[in-house]
Amino acid sequence: MKFTEEHEWLRIEDDVVVVGITKHAAEQLGDVVFVELPEVGDTMTKDDEVVVIESVKAASDILAPVDGEVVEVNQALVEDPSMVNEDAEGNAWFFKLSIEDTSVLDDFMDEAAYQTFVG
Amino acid sequence: MSDLNRTVFFDLHTELGGKIVPFAGYEMPVQYPMGVMKEHIQTRTKAGLFDVSHMGQVILRGDAPATSLERIVPVSLEALKEGRQRYGVFTNDDGGIMDDLMIANRGDHLFLVVNAACKDADIAHMQATLPDCEIEVVTDRALLALQGPSAEAALATIIPAAADMVFMDVAIFPSEFGDLWVSRSGYTGEDGYEISVADAHAVDFARALLAIEDVAPIGLGARDSLRLEAGLCLYGNDIDTTTSPVEGAIEWAIQKVRRTGGARAGGFPGADRILAELDNGAARRRVGILPDGRAPMRAGTELFATADAETPIGTVTSGAFGPSIERPMSMGYVTTECAATGTQIFADVRGKRMPATIADMPFRPATYKR
Repeated sequence: MKFTEEHEWLRIEDDVVVVGITKHAAEQLGDVVFVELPEVGDTMTKDDEVVVIESVKAASDILAPVDGEVVEVNQALVEDPSMVNEDAEGNAWFFKLSIEDTSVLDDFMDEAAYQTFVG
Repeated sequence: MSDLNRTVFFDLHTELGGKIVPFAGYEMPVQYPMGVMKEHIQTRTKAGLFDVSHMGQVILRGDAPATSLERIVPVSLEALKEGRQRYGVFTNDDGGIMDDLMIANRGDHLFLVVNAACKDADIAHMQATLPDCEIEVVTDRALLALQGPSAEAALATIIPAAADMVFMDVAIFPSEFGDLWVSRSGYTGEDGYEISVADAHAVDFARALLAIEDVAPIGLGARDSLRLEAGLCLYGNDIDTTTSPVEGAIEWAIQKVRRTGGARAGGFPGADRILAELDNGAARRRVGILPDGRAPMRAGTELFATADAETPIGTVTSGAFGPSIERPMSMGYVTTECAATGTQIFADVRGKRMPATIADMPFRPATYKR
């Protein structure tokens, strides 16, 4: 698993990248009440605002961590946004991206580096 | 260096794991480890304890303080019986609202509770306009709100007689924590109390309440979603100096006797405008708004009559997810022609027009003990 400075996690699964937000991010957001996902087939460029996530406190954007094409979205999150608080780094993934070159993930932090990053 | 104030409960908030944020010039807990959603539900199902010590407590004395205060508050205060409390507003010369407040008749004086952010201005305003009154700002007492269905039983462990009070009753009870100034009121839509306690006893009193199984500390986050579900205005968001009481849909606080044709009609700042609006209506109105979808419509969101209209009909002033109604909710201002319950409107949410419906408030019925 890799981590971004935007508090996303990335996991390679059968040649696609699964993207979610970290437990730390979910704790900071507070209770999540609304999730708006991209659509399957959308192409995204790194740093595009691709997901809207609203907690009891505020709305935040999730940025595309890498370039890619959306191949699957987690519709269950739309139905039950509280999954993000319950299982941020497990079942509460947001979308799966097909990307050209998985080596771009090498630039991201590993778990130890991320833990240091969030202090 | 922080120039923020702290209430007497600051150390208790941090001990309880409260996340501290600046609010109205104070360092206040926005939430505890329970989190906003659970704190909201806790208050609706058991009881929540809120530190509201940042609010201003003022005693007004004089030959006839109720009569005097009627000069700046468009509410019937002469008719306010001893041991009772009433909601009111300070209006300005333009008919706008300077602050909203609670006014209690405690026999030989009035006891007022005003908003933290406005208290200095309110006090200056009273000093300037009420030369016939002695204005005592209470600076050595904290204020707690105990709200929720278990509030009565919880407070009864300390003051059994408080259980006999009904909504908007006020009383002073001696206790092991000194004299407690109690009102059966609050700002959550729940039955409950607000209790003023001397600083010297305040933390012990709070600990005694928190030791009761059904009582948990609640932060400002849940206080906001609770008051919004209850349809209650947050001064500075939903009403302010640019909104009149009629626009703000709080004209119910202006009794007949202060309206045109009443025995003590007018005689308060902005009366010309406010009395005219009471007779003829205002051009815009504060309303409840329920988004048709799941996306919350937050403060500042512009509202439109149709999906493609260019000119807004109004703006959201408060918006959040309602944990008890399990859906997003907002309040805001719309033009009067769009203000009827059931009217379909549209909100601009992140550049998309999302449908919403004008709805009656409260979104969740209040459970006051009448």
